[in-house]
Amino acid sequence: MSSKAPTKTDRHEVIDLDRVTIRFAGDSGDGMQLTGTQFTRTSAVYGNDISTLPDFPAEIRAPAGSLPGVSGFQLSFSSSDIHTPGDQPDVLVAMNPAALKTNVGDLPPGGALIVNEDAFTAANLAKAGYSANPLSDGSLKAFTVFEIPISRLNAGALAGLEMTSKQIDQTRNFFALGLMFWLYERSMEPTLRWIEDKFSKRPVIVEANRRALKAGYAFGETTEIFHTHYRVAPAKLAPGRYRNITGNEAAALGFVAASRLADRPLFYGSYPITPASDILHQLSTYKQFGVRTFQAEDEIAAIGAAIGASYGGSMGMTATSGPGIALKSEAMGLAVMVELPLVIVDVQRAGPSTGMPTKTEQADLLQVLFGRNSDSPMPVVAPATPGDCFDVAIEAWRIALKYMTPVVYLSDAFLASGSEPWRLPDVADLPDIRVASATDRTTFHAYDRDPVTLARPWAVPGTPGLEHRIGGLEKADITGNVSYDPDNHERMQALRAAKVAGIANDIPEVTTFGVDRGDLLIVGWGSTYGAIRSAVDRLLAEGQSVAQLHLRHLNPFPRNLGEVLGRYRHVLVPEVNLGQLLLLLRARYLVDAIGYDRVRGKPFRISEIHERAEQILAGRTGSADR
Amino acid sequence: MTDVAKTPSPTQPIALTRKDFVSDQEVRWCPGCGDYSILAQTQKVMPDFGYPKENIVFISGIGCSGRLPYYMNAYGFHTIHGRAPTLATGLKAARPDLMVWVITGDGDALSIGGNHVLHAMRRNVDLKLVMFNNRIYGLTKGQASPTSEIGKRTKSTPDGTIDRPVMPLSLALAAEATFVARSVDTHTEHLQQTLTRAGFHRGSAFVEVLQNCNIFNDGAFRDFTDREVREDRMLVLEHGKPMIFGRDRNRGIRLRGLHPEVVQLGDGVSEDDLLVHDEAAEDPTLAFMLSRMWWPQYPVPVGVLRDVARPTHDELMTAQIETVMAQRGEGDLATLLEGGETWTVR
Repeated sequence: MSSKAPTKTDRHEVIDLDRVTIRFAGDSGDGMQLTGTQFTRTSAVYGNDISTLPDFPAEIRAPAGSLPGVSGFQLSFSSSDIHTPGDQPDVLVAMNPAALKTNVGDLPPGGALIVNEDAFTAANLAKAGYSANPLSDGSLKAFTVFEIPISRLNAGALAGLEMTSKQIDQTRNFFALGLMFWLYERSMEPTLRWIEDKFSKRPVIVEANRRALKAGYAFGETTEIFHTHYRVAPAKLAPGRYRNITGNEAAALGFVAASRLADRPLFYGSYPITPASDILHQLSTYKQFGVRTFQAEDEIAAIGAAIGASYGGSMGMTATSGPGIALKSEAMGLAVMVELPLVIVDVQRAGPSTGMPTKTEQADLLQVLFGRNSDSPMPVVAPATPGDCFDVAIEAWRIALKYMTPVVYLSDAFLASGSEPWRLPDVADLPDIRVASATDRTTFHAYDRDPVTLARPWAVPGTPGLEHRIGGLEKADITGNVSYDPDNHERMQALRAAKVAGIANDIPEVTTFGVDRGDLLIVGWGSTYGAIRSAVDRLLAEGQSVAQLHLRHLNPFPRNLGEVLGRYRHVLVPEVNLGQLLLLLRARYLVDAIGYDRVRGKPFRISEIHERAEQILAGRTGSADR
Repeated sequence: MTDVAKTPSPTQPIALTRKDFVSDQEVRWCPGCGDYSILAQTQKVMPDFGYPKENIVFISGIGCSGRLPYYMNAYGFHTIHGRAPTLATGLKAARPDLMVWVITGDGDALSIGGNHVLHAMRRNVDLKLVMFNNRIYGLTKGQASPTSEIGKRTKSTPDGTIDRPVMPLSLALAAEATFVARSVDTHTEHLQQTLTRAGFHRGSAFVEVLQNCNIFNDGAFRDFTDREVREDRMLVLEHGKPMIFGRDRNRGIRLRGLHPEVVQLGDGVSEDDLLVHDEAAEDPTLAFMLSRMWWPQYPVPVGVLRDVARPTHDELMTAQIETVMAQRGEGDLATLLEGGETWTVR
């Protein structure tokens, strides 16, 4: 929280800041996700750059006041370009003792702590496992603590409304939000409009939430508790029209866009699974685009239906998380064998098995590459930021259609629910990804191949004269008839591999950010982009010889990757897994890359990567240094 | 969509014959297998439906039955074990213009693929599922199947299977199938009639074909399907007709309490006392009762147990899309991208 000289207003000082990170934490029934989202929208529309990290439990409603029931939402907003939701919050809003206990460890000394003191009852303290009240035992003296009787003040503001005390309590998050709006000079208007829109059929709820919000704001303005408030000016983003977007939202839009760009209908088969379900929810509202969504009976049916739809000439796709990929694996192999276009979205979460369903991880890379019987090559792409989820959706479909192949799209829980401002693309600039179906009966063979792409023809049922049979049994080259011929099998294995490998000639070479050659290259993929980029920014500012390389294409790798890796003395690969890309890079390029893994269900902190890089630059490269 | 051929209506006469549906692939079932007859009857009835052959798709799973699509000169997809209904569901949802057949077996449909059969039926996906029931795993060389009789000794159950068999038609009815029927591989005319009825049904059709595996379970149904005994031991269902069977048409099925009983006509029992078959009954009780009847306690019912009309999955899906399109107009991508709150940076 770097600051400039304060300016005086009538009562409160105003301090200009470049960047602020706030974390709202409370019970999962306290509406913390909503509070965070409203603050995000308001800041986005105001013009800040933003990055968010919702962090919620898998339990829908764990017992009120308990530690597992704590739900958090961290957002960082800035007057300059930012890439992460912030390593540590500057301000922690804790709505109860459990929220304080689970989050205060992340608050740096000197950080601001705003607590709802009314929630610090003996019962709630006991539920959170506090033997003494932390508000009075001196344990919080490292922080600037603001104890505010939010529940009582809020109830007072709502007096006279015909509501139960429970209903009144449910609005106290808006009091907290109003207070934060005042503290950071945000307008209440977007949220007031949202309240009216959302609860239009329940006037008393509209009134209650309005009052709660305004009471929080007025409290900041009129009391002497806060001596200052803060201003974070709009960021200087590239010109254009923007909206705030999460990764799952951007992915859904990207898939609809791909359908338009390919001029084929989208079919989306999916089985509910965290954190992928929101894509299904969103696509099911896009029927005006001809999108057909299908909630299947299980993961296998979801991909089976998608393959069936692709066989019929649609763009069949499915989405899931790691456990679902495990179930879909056999059908993914079928898609490899029958060479039909298909996109499989894996919104990764912490595993193995059920793991931590709402927490992020990027540990399915080897699963999607190798988790099938036999050699079963499949292209893999991975978005790097929430907004990038849009572009990569189109890229996944471009490859799937052009090469007649299933493609895996590797997102993760952090990208899925994290958000950032997204500059709207000009539809006219989006690529044309149309491909033609086969129609010529005189030349048709089911496994004849395009000489450049090695794609087989897409002969959809309904096309006269192209009646043919496909399936999971090995195909004879050219004809596609069933074949057990040994030489044919070897040829077909090689052809399938060569088709996917050849995509390397059709994707951009990798570029680096930072020095062209030098001491250290930090290689990443997926949602680590922001933390690595910020760390490299910092290291470059310190005069270090470093660069970032971020991979969008994980299979095949860009054709110049090996050459670029060779230009740096050290290669560091931070991943939210135990070293999967690391394994691939070392195996493929014989490069002595160094892994750095953190698997805590949370994104990397900038400082973690920064520190690890500094160690390597100082000559401490071994794992013993960790 | 630019590349999908316009479909003639299914009623438009198309002059095709059985031969048009014979593919160039060599049939590779064991000599004497019941599958040959099922293939032949399927090819025979195919011209009746009026679909051009490019608009007919056969989708199969794994097992001996799974090979059938290779031998049909239509579009065919030999998928993976148990999953044929899922591909058929997606294909039919994406392409309502196609006629989709699912070819499966007792292991494929009721064991590994049981869940998909259940859900395809309850959705009333417009597919015709033909399940070859030979009460054994043939392709894997003779293990017990989900329809094997309890106590059956097989390679995998040398001391007899301890698993109670599934009654396929009971399961289809419980899953809300709108068309449920049974026939026998060697009863060629009856099989043709049954397949024809299934083909003309709109919605999920479940057809069990009792099929002889002469290698691993020879004579599984011989006790009631053989020429000499079939009339006495099978009940051919006819809609609106009393349930009479027997070579001399002198025996029938009467309801006693909640249970069917076999009665001799004459001696004070007349046709009026017998159950009258009603395949169109919305209430599946009668069909369910028939689905439980089995030799030797009862004659084995064959024919159509149930045939009711309900909207199909693809019709409902298409209707929702058309409703939204009518309300909102066709979607515009730029407008969609600008949805929600936007702001401009200059």
